[in-house]
Amino acid sequence: MSLTRAERTIIVSMWGKVSTQADIIGTEALERLFSSYPQTKTYFPHFDLHAGSAQLRAHGSKVVAAVGDAVKSIDNVAGALSKLSELHAYVLRVDPVNFKLLSHCLLVTVASHFPADFTADAHAAWDKFLSIVSRVLTEKYR
Amino acid sequence: MVLGAADRTAVRALWLKLGSNVGVYTTEALERTFQAFPSTKTYFLHLDLSPGSAQVRAHGQKVADALTLAVDHLDDLPSALSALRELHAHKLRVDPVKFQLLVHCLLVTLARHYPGDFSPSLQASLNKFLSHVISALAPNCH
Repeated sequence: MSLTRAERTIIVSMWGKVSTQADIIGTEALERLFSSYPQTKTYFPHFDLHAGSAQLRAHGSKVVAAVGDAVKSIDNVAGALSKLSELHAYVLRVDPVNFKLLSHCLLVTVASHFPADFTADAHAAWDKFLSIVSRVLTEKYR
Repeated sequence: MVLGAADRTAVRALWLKLGSNVGVYTTEALERTFQAFPSTKTYFLHLDLSPGSAQVRAHGQKVADALTLAVDHLDDLPSALSALRELHAHKLRVDPVKFQLLVHCLLVTLARHYPGDFSPSLQASLNKFLSHVISALAPNCH
């Protein structure tokens, strides 16, 4: 699975807008994840996960920054996220199913903040892109 | 994952707010599902799936009516949806994973259009409700 030229264009141009609200988007995506899928909180026993928590905001920023890194190196996501891939494989060991859940919540968040831009084409492109990111982050598991 | 009183109140209130637009949103959700997840088209080879298709709109309205029925029978979903379970599980044999894809697209659609705050907790209540609907339609596989 790889992105078409049209899909890359959509993602890169939308990222221009999304990145202006990066921290809000990241934090809200995590809030949605923890509300809808409470089992995901298991990976964050060391965090205060209440809405508005500084740790939640910091982590949301990290997540969106990583997505941004992938967008900037959209032709080589595996290279851009290689360190993160190792972190998730050897240290964090997040079960792969959770990447789908976070991707879903990221898309709902982006749709909510950018309703006009999040067309069906953009939705399909972003779903594919986040699937690629998720695959890269889990590809060193075994 | 019980549908508590707060969840039911939230879902009923949401449905009231959506009013007669439910069919518009379920249609958009179907269109997004077909575009982002082309394998789902396999169940609709008898329909014209081109953009703006009247047949997709008609099917969207059927889905809307079924969900409205479900909202009106939150206390007894399995019984209210038994005919639809027969249809989806035994006659159509829809792979339950596909329901999740439609739910994802419905939540994205509502995030775009909801005339109010599509908060993480509202999303969580709606997600729970839709999970119960899926369980009622595909009892042994979810």
